[in-house]
Amino acid sequence: MKVLVPVKRVVDYNVKVRVKSDNSGVDIANVKMSMNPFCEIAVEEAVRLKEKGVATEIIAVSAGVAQCQETLRNAMAIGADRAILIETDVELQPLAVAKLLKAVVDKEQPRLVILGKQAIDDDANQTGQMLAALLGWGQATFASKVEIAGDVATVTREMDGGLETISLKLPCIITTDLRLNEPRYATLPNIMKAKKKELANMKPAELGVDVAPRLTTLRVDEPPKRQGGVKVADVAALIEKLKNEAKVI
Amino acid sequence: MANLVIAEHDQGSLKAATLNVISAAVAIGGDVHVLVAGHNAAAAATAASQVVGVSKVLHADGAAHANLLSENAAAQVVANASGYTHILAAATAYGKSVAPRVAALLDKAQISDIIKVIDADTFVRPIYAGNAYATVKSSDSVKVLTVRGTAFAAAAKTGGSATVETVAAVADSGVASFVSAEVTKSERPELTAAKIIVSGGRGLGSGDKYREVLTPLADKLGAALGASRAAVDAGYVPNDYQVGQTGKIVAPDLYIAIGMSGAIQHLAGMKDSKVIVAINKDADAPIFGVADYGLVADLFDAVPELVAKL
Ligand SMILES: Cc1cc2nc3c(=O)[nH]c(=O)nc-3n(C[C@H](O)[C@H](O)[C@H](O)COP(=O)(O)OP(=O)(O)OC[C@H]3O[C@@H](n4cnc5c(N)ncnc54)[C@H](O)[C@@H]3O)c2cc1C
Ligand SMILES: Cc1cc2nc3c(=O)[nH]c(=O)nc-3n(C[C@H](O)[C@H](O)[C@H](O)COP(=O)(O)OP(=O)(O)OC[C@H]3O[C@@H](n4cnc5c(N)ncnc54)[C@H](O)[C@@H]3O)c2cc1C
Repeated sequence: MKVLVPVKRVVDYNVKVRVKSDNSGVDIANVKMSMNPFCEIAVEEAVRLKEKGVATEIIAVSAGVAQCQETLRNAMAIGADRAILIETDVELQPLAVAKLLKAVVDKEQPRLVILGKQAIDDDANQTGQMLAALLGWGQATFASKVEIAGDVATVTREMDGGLETISLKLPCIITTDLRLNEPRYATLPNIMKAKKKELANMKPAELGVDVAPRLTTLRVDEPPKRQGGVKVADVAALIEKLKNEAKVI
Repeated sequence: MANLVIAEHDQGSLKAATLNVISAAVAIGGDVHVLVAGHNAAAAATAASQVVGVSKVLHADGAAHANLLSENAAAQVVANASGYTHILAAATAYGKSVAPRVAALLDKAQISDIIKVIDADTFVRPIYAGNAYATVKSSDSVKVLTVRGTAFAAAAKTGGSATVETVAAVADSGVASFVSAEVTKSERPELTAAKIIVSGGRGLGSGDKYREVLTPLADKLGAALGASRAAVDAGYVPNDYQVGQTGKIVAPDLYIAIGMSGAIQHLAGMKDSKVIVAINKDADAPIFGVADYGLVADLFDAVPELVAKL
């Protein structure tokens, strides 16, 4: 069974981004970029499925600028077998990404697509669900446990009030949550091997997909700054402040 | 203009988050209709009809909605979407699973987690873990939105008198089925609706210590319990306790952060709280940068003392 894993290149989670002074966006020139952490979890899960003999081939896909090749090499160092870059300089929104991925799914015919639940830059949490809708497939979002037996995926999901387990007919979509697994580090030999793996390049037009944005960002602002307050000397002082100054207890 | 709010419910009652979504729809303007897709969910439909601001409830009742599966819910919304300019859901696990699916079926963009309505086409939403607010304008004829509950006051639960119209329920998609649920049982207020939250991090050291130290404080204050990702990952508490960028977004009157450092991903989920208290033994912990009241102390001394003195 082929597994497709879409991976996104994002600003590293340790970077605190700054809003540009002209309010046109956030300044991401010269900041460290990494694979979205939820995508790493997705690649790891696919690799584990391959190690269990469930998956036979793992294809990583990324849509975006030429530098996404690095992210794809990273995915192949973790264990993806080959990669596809859908190269474009256009600002991609989730619906466009989902359409591009659908075109890749139509070509590659995977039985399973594993995505991150959200990218930590736009925090949209949409692409997997949109892809599932476009394909007419079932979806299991926020997965914390995945089991595949025959033609059925049984997935435990992190919900607002606890956990839910659902079963899906393959082919299906899974989006990863934090506790699905702990991604391995790529070893140096695997990093070297990844450099030799196949990385195909295609353009949105070749896939027949219109990626024109539907949303325009008019401006980006700094959120209201929260002022740090005071340090209190002891528990008694804290209680006094909460009762008499903040009046919250 | 006409808004369709996708109700979140447990068949019997409406989830509190839906009341915030209704307020966002009222802010957009025009009619506000609520879709209740459920199974034997007449009580939830009646509850929706009583919310102030709602003029009509569409009630789709069928076995396909018995377990609130996203595939069927999205199909139901699409079946009833005609005539609406705005389709809204809460930015909860349920809303986030359904809304993007609806948007894709309608070939529309989806705007996630709105915190402000500028006009019918323009919305503000946080990006980069809340470190920037983007003002986004949609050129689509239908806007599909998820709403951050903490940013909109809850609509009044009673006082309205909307009509309830029955609509045909969709058939089951056949691609997904419910197996089981493991619901976290708690007598405490729901995290996203609580006035006071006592939240613990890795500093607690274990699940036993988490419960032993924090439960008395939460009991005393009538508070909900929350946690950092580190505490959830380490198994101190279930996943639904997690506050943060990739957990729950909360804004209580009082948030007491105990034994947590204040990582940006955590702050993203709680920095809109009215009053923040931090108890941490490291005077340089970033959490003190957002805390109104900081107490540098060992939590194992300070918290029991706090409980005793309250
Ligand atoms: C024995 C050993 C030796 C290592 N030696 C090195 C080393 O000399 N240099 C080094 O960079 N890492 C090395 N690594 C890998 C290192 O542990 C991290 O996996 C790597 O630095 C990734 O960190 P990051 O994801 O923050 O990447 P970043 O610092 O963000 O890296 C920048 C870009 O490089 C690409 N990249 C990162 N990791 C990989 C990868 N594993 N394969 C392909 N591309 C990747 C990504 O596209 C990324 O965007 C070594 C690992 C081991 C086990
Ligand atoms: C993709 C991604 C998503 C994430 N999403 C979230 C999220 O949604 N929510 C979230 O919380 N995190 C999230 N994180 C994790 C986040 O980056 C931090 O790792 C996490 O919040 C740290 O938890 P903590 O503060 O409990 O632990 P630590 O950072 O280890 O802090 C523990 C604190 O306890 C203090 N302490 C220890 N012992 C005592 C004592 N006896 N008395 C008093 N103080 C003590 C220490 O001084 C320290 O400051 C995410 C990370 C990534 C990469």
